Amino acid sequence: MIAVIDYKAGNLTSVVKALRYLLGEERAAREVVVTQSPDVVRGADKVVLPGVGHFQATQLLADLGLTDAVRESIAKGVWFLGICVGLQWLFEGSTEADGTKGLGTFAGMCEHFPTEYMGVELKSPHVGWNSLEQIRPDSHLLRGVADGSFVYFTHSWRAPVVNATAAVTNYGGTFSAAVERGNVMGVQFHPEKSADVGLRVLRNFVEL
Amino acid sequence: MLTKRIIACLDVRGGRVVKGVQFVDIVDAGDPAELAHRHAAAGADEIVLLDITATHEGRGTLLDTVRRAAAKLFVPFTVGGGIRTAEDAAAVFNAGADKVSVNSSAIARPELISEIGASFGAQAVIVAIDARRGAKGAEDAEVYVSGGRKPTGLRVVEWAREAESRGAGEILLTSMDTDGMRDGFDSELTAAVSESVQIPVIASGGAGSAAHFAEVFGRGKADAALAASIFHFGITSSRELKAQLALAGVSVRLPC
Repeated sequence: MIAVIDYKAGNLTSVVKALRYLLGEERAAREVVVTQSPDVVRGADKVVLPGVGHFQATQLLADLGLTDAVRESIAKGVWFLGICVGLQWLFEGSTEADGTKGLGTFAGMCEHFPTEYMGVELKSPHVGWNSLEQIRPDSHLLRGVADGSFVYFTHSWRAPVVNATAAVTNYGGTFSAAVERGNVMGVQFHPEKSADVGLRVLRNFVEL
Repeated sequence: MLTKRIIACLDVRGGRVVKGVQFVDIVDAGDPAELAHRHAAAGADEIVLLDITATHEGRGTLLDTVRRAAAKLFVPFTVGGGIRTAEDAAAVFNAGADKVSVNSSAIARPELISEIGASFGAQAVIVAIDARRGAKGAEDAEVYVSGGRKPTGLRVVEWAREAESRGAGEILLTSMDTDGMRDGFDSELTAAVSESVQIPVIASGGAGSAAHFAEVFGRGKADAALAASIFHFGITSSRELKAQLALAGVSVRLPC
């Protein structure tokens, strides 16, 4: 069973729609569960944390007891995929919402894009199709995705490059476009909106 | 590298895709859901569906169209037309849209921008501006509403700045002077708006050739450009257009 956590993130519908498309209606009806329940998350084989919007929204995860449930699941080896703010939540926190803690699986804080880079003004949010670079060959999530493949981003805060970074993207310097360590994975881009490349990433995840 | 986006626009009226010249002179071009899929398959980076004669009675049809179009669409999908309240926006998001575009209703009540943004995020709100300047300079271009029928007295660059400060995620700028003429975008106006805000600007109105896109991405400083009739009647596909843009040195999503 794939638990898709509902914490009122804007792209929940799109993520579920993409999973339905990949699994087929019948299998999706059996296996995909949209939930706010910590117990459902504890019982899942895979957990997806969607997200778009404000980091503050992840506060609901702690309030509903979902943070602990996810922590336990991850410790058991359950596959976890965070999308956009869902990736950022895997870090210690974000300057977007000072009082809201992330899961802290990866070290570092998410920060706003600089307003200027190398003397040139940088627009924010970073919206559009940008390329994945330095894809780690051992990544399960990005298996079959070539360096330079384009995916769709929309965000103003970004996660730093860390040991677990599985791919970087350049926009005002490099940031983590994907992270992966063992069973814990995250993507800053929107696989549900990244055409064939995005569907490949989601397929890689559901087939784990 | 962040690429320049080619956005396929479907102008919908009464559940059918149409395309006019300078906001009138409407021609039937097909089923919106089917065309949305065709554009995505042909390499469009994004799809915009604008219900140009949105009426209260027509909302059900629109939502059904959005649902059908969104079901198997895996590129960003924007819907505009007749969105007057945060509840209208919520219905469109629930039907499968990723962003909404607001125009006249945001002029009438600018708080609408932040209201939608509060629930769905700033990235989900596009403020569409219909601009006309005639022989005047770009800085003096005026905002029009009601499908381009009513002047507002607002200057385009000022309204763009206000929309940004109220939390718009992107600006969709349509030049009514160039719309439907297939004679090129208003690059001067696009640059004036793009330089006055931090958020991305989508240029619209006047696409007729790949060279027009190259110009609005270069001189016009547009982050994305929108085209409708250029594709509907088989002049070219997004993929062909992007191949030509790549040759002209524009960074685009290829292969797509």
